[in-house]
Amino acid sequence: MAAALINIPKKAKRGDIIEIKTLMSHIMETGYRHTASGEIVPRDIITSFTCRYNGAEIFRADLFPAIAANPFISFFTTATESGKFEFEWIGDNGFSETASASITVE
Amino acid sequence: MHRRLHSTRRQFLGLAGGAAVAGAVPVVTLRPAEATPAMLASAIRLVVGDAVVRPGKVKLDVPPLVENGNTVPLTVSVDNPMTPENHVKSIHVFNEKNPQPNVGNFYLGLNAGRPQVSTRIRLADSQKITAIAKLSDGSFWSASVDIIVTLAACTEEVI
Repeated sequence: MAAALINIPKKAKRGDIIEIKTLMSHIMETGYRHTASGEIVPRDIITSFTCRYNGAEIFRADLFPAIAANPFISFFTTATESGKFEFEWIGDNGFSETASASITVE
Repeated sequence: MHRRLHSTRRQFLGLAGGAAVAGAVPVVTLRPAEATPAMLASAIRLVVGDAVVRPGKVKLDVPPLVENGNTVPLTVSVDNPMTPENHVKSIHVFNEKNPQPNVGNFYLGLNAGRPQVSTRIRLADSQKITAIAKLSDGSFWSASVDIIVTLAACTEEVI
């Protein structure tokens, strides 16, 4: 699980707009590079990222090879209630990682 | 300034703004080493359909001069409220000269509060980046930025 880095405020006031920053360690091999002998290095990327807030989807992204290695994605949401953010990354070759973070809303 | 010449060596087909989606786009059968303006136009058409894309509302924050194309910080924000009646549904980022025209699609929730996303992207050449936002009323808005890249990404040899 050390592969993911999540940064969200631990506490927020109800109605606050908070920023969620995520980073997943991944090579994001484009599939367009080749070795010195001319062979194409097969594509190996994360294709999809989803964030759920207490079970409801609040953000989703489709990623392409043009996203840099170790994809960093940040976005915003409104703090509505205490609970849990769940993050999911899905990619080529059966790649699947999850992470979660809790927030207290006052 | 020879980099500038380099960046315009490819014929520019006047893709700015809404003109990009007008008319049929020929299907490219052989995949070229770089995305072509036609591929960019068809990728945009896949997202917007027949809708007109108007320039405005969208702000693309990206350095105009990039030393390393392997990781370029990119922020897209949309000057639009996030209310149930009027909100941003999604943000789509495209490029002109990477092997593939798509960079990323970002779908915002109704409670996003602020229609803004940041990520880091790869750029294979000096080129134009286009961001398109889809609003809840079905309209599309866009912004484009030209970026000069001194070290290209994506297609170099693996050592």
